Amino acid sequence: MAQKILFNVIQVLVVMAFAPLVKGVLNRLKERIQSRRGPSIFQPYFDIWKFFHKDEVVSEHSSWIFRIAPYIVFVTPIFVTLLIPVLTSYPLFFAFMADMLGGGFILALGGFFATLAAIDTANPYGPMGASRTRMVGFLAEPVFMIVFFTVSFVAGSTIPYIVQKHWVTPLANFFEPAHVLVMLSFLMLIIAETGSIPVDNPSGHFELAMVDESKGLEYSGQGAALMKWGGCMKFFVLLCIFLNVLVSPWGLAHGEAIGELVLAVPLVLAKILVFVLVLVVIESSLAKLRLFRIPEFLGAAFVTSVAAVITRLLQL
Amino acid sequence: MPGTDSTILLLTELNALAAGFFLLTAFGLIATRQILACLKIFVIQAALLAASAFVLGYQNASGSLLLVGGITLAVKAVLIPWLLLGSLGNELRSRREISQVFNIPASLLISLVLVVFAYFVSVPLLGTAPGGAAAVNLPIGLAGLLLGAYAMTVRREAVPQVIAILSMENGAFFAGIAIAPDLPLIAELAVAFDVLIITRVMGVLIMKVHEHIGTTAVGEMAALKEE
Repeated sequence: MAQKILFNVIQVLVVMAFAPLVKGVLNRLKERIQSRRGPSIFQPYFDIWKFFHKDEVVSEHSSWIFRIAPYIVFVTPIFVTLLIPVLTSYPLFFAFMADMLGGGFILALGGFFATLAAIDTANPYGPMGASRTRMVGFLAEPVFMIVFFTVSFVAGSTIPYIVQKHWVTPLANFFEPAHVLVMLSFLMLIIAETGSIPVDNPSGHFELAMVDESKGLEYSGQGAALMKWGGCMKFFVLLCIFLNVLVSPWGLAHGEAIGELVLAVPLVLAKILVFVLVLVVIESSLAKLRLFRIPEFLGAAFVTSVAAVITRLLQL
Repeated sequence: MPGTDSTILLLTELNALAAGFFLLTAFGLIATRQILACLKIFVIQAALLAASAFVLGYQNASGSLLLVGGITLAVKAVLIPWLLLGSLGNELRSRREISQVFNIPASLLISLVLVVFAYFVSVPLLGTAPGGAAAVNLPIGLAGLLLGAYAMTVRREAVPQVIAILSMENGAFFAGIAIAPDLPLIAELAVAFDVLIITRVMGVLIMKVHEHIGTTAVGEMAALKEE
């Protein structure tokens, strides 16, 4: 019991510690592939450190929502970390609190408050980015729902730990069309949710073209640091759900020994590195879509997920 | 040849996987905006058809199915794209967007309805056919057929229409290899050459259209006579 709580805490610490690193590696690799040097992979840590030591300016016209939003954005990925398999293949102490749908809603809560905060200051760019994010969000929602229903129907459970075991016992399950199609549509969902290239350009500095980034423009100092760190953690958590639950349930700790848990950390990071490489290739080989082409991208994701349902549900 | 249960299970899943991707490419033919991408998706679709034929051929120890896979790969994944690229290269490589009667999200939703329809149609049909692979291949092949017909109807460009016809043929084959694994080889060969000739004739026709009106956007040919 005490050990499971300890493991859960370690899991959260790992996510907090390595989330900026993943973002840093992603940024660095993206620059490398364009034959530029790129920032150090530790740059997100420096940024967060710097923001924590800067003064914070809060508009006097903003309400309490603007002030609490960074904390919510920071805390929601941590809550999700408690629920999902990050390092272990067996449920930890807090995992009973919610299933995958609950995790999705907690993550959406953070996004909701970030949107509210962006509208709160009435900076012209904030509400624009916020409404665009909502547009992407409401188009991604049906895909998320159908992916979730397919996964829980195929695996017979909504608990990520059971779902994860289902794909590899026996191995033939891994090649099930529903599984592969769900993986594809979840990949498209991750691209849309994390604001990667066909949907949004995270490294763009042109406010009029921003989708996700302009929500945080008004933040400074500690608030900016929390928003940035929270964003990194959300990315990390989404990757963990995608990789550990859907794509590759290997490399997690099976036993109760602390050694296995420690060994799982580099294995999970290696998996994430491989995925980041794939993401970098996707991002570098595609152009950003025009805003009104985004429904087509998410429509394709939707069709993929429905195809997964069809090949499974209507199988005779 | 298939030995243990787990091998058979794996082969069944691999066939189903090919079927799943086959369905996805059928959607892809409707959702792409570029002609060259359309052709690439068609090549992938043909390769998936061949993959399914290979898996089923191995599973049923049927040499003719393996040969069907080989012919499909040679004709549809290599020869037809080569013919189309040779005769209509400039049209295929043009970067303009294919216009459609409906916009793409609406088209995708309609095609979803078509796929569900294909499933419901194939339920009574499967009552008489052998089980196993047919349960996967028949509805998806039928869906490929319907989606190809739909793509041909809504596209306003000649080349994607040709590709849509060929993908209809893919769909028919995809269902066929599971329902009738011992189809006479002569029929397969005849179909393969038919398809080649169809492509050739249509290529020539499209070239003529291009010569006359300067484009292959046949959707614009609404009047009977030139003014």
